Amino acid sequence: MRALKRIVLLGAMIATAAWAQGNLEINTPAISQIKSSMQARHAQLATHYASGAVGLGADGNVVLRDANAVPLAQRQAVQGLVAQENADRAALYREIARANGHPEWEADIRSTFAQRWIERAQSGWYIQSGGQWSRK
Amino acid sequence: MNRTLCGILAGAMLLAGCVTINIYFPAAAAEKAADRIIDEVWQLKKEQDSKAQPEGSQP
Repeated sequence: MRALKRIVLLGAMIATAAWAQGNLEINTPAISQIKSSMQARHAQLATHYASGAVGLGADGNVVLRDANAVPLAQRQAVQGLVAQENADRAALYREIARANGHPEWEADIRSTFAQRWIERAQSGWYIQSGGQWSRK
Repeated sequence: MNRTLCGILAGAMLLAGCVTINIYFPAAAAEKAADRIIDEVWQLKKEQDSKAQPEGSQP
């Protein structure tokens, strides 16, 4: 009986330890820098999300899915924005994994972000799932 | 005998707990982290310290 109690206590301790681990480190200078770069870019990208030119990919990237939705004169600029955004996103996923001492988590972090970007996208934005685009 | 078995079992659980925490990807924590970053990048949380707060005091 006493041993059973000890096991229960131990279980509670393990659960507490697991719960205390409930946060990932995201407050590093590198992550902050990437974040503010993405924040600044978002003002420009938002109009293209709304027009459907750019969508949120299933892989955690943004995708230029309909170049025709962008006036010809702006097309190159949008391509640049998408490329820069994806470079920042890749760096963000990598840095979070590194900041937490597990570089091998990068792919898991990317897929977690991919789901959350899509989940939190505004209605009217295009999102990708299973290779298909749909309007939220 | 029974107590020894329980001790071993408890030890194994503790060890498994530690290993689990260190190796497996913390999906829930990652989701929380992602949400906090998305809030900031997309500015979904309105800043409370809005500078231009008109308070009825006109010059």
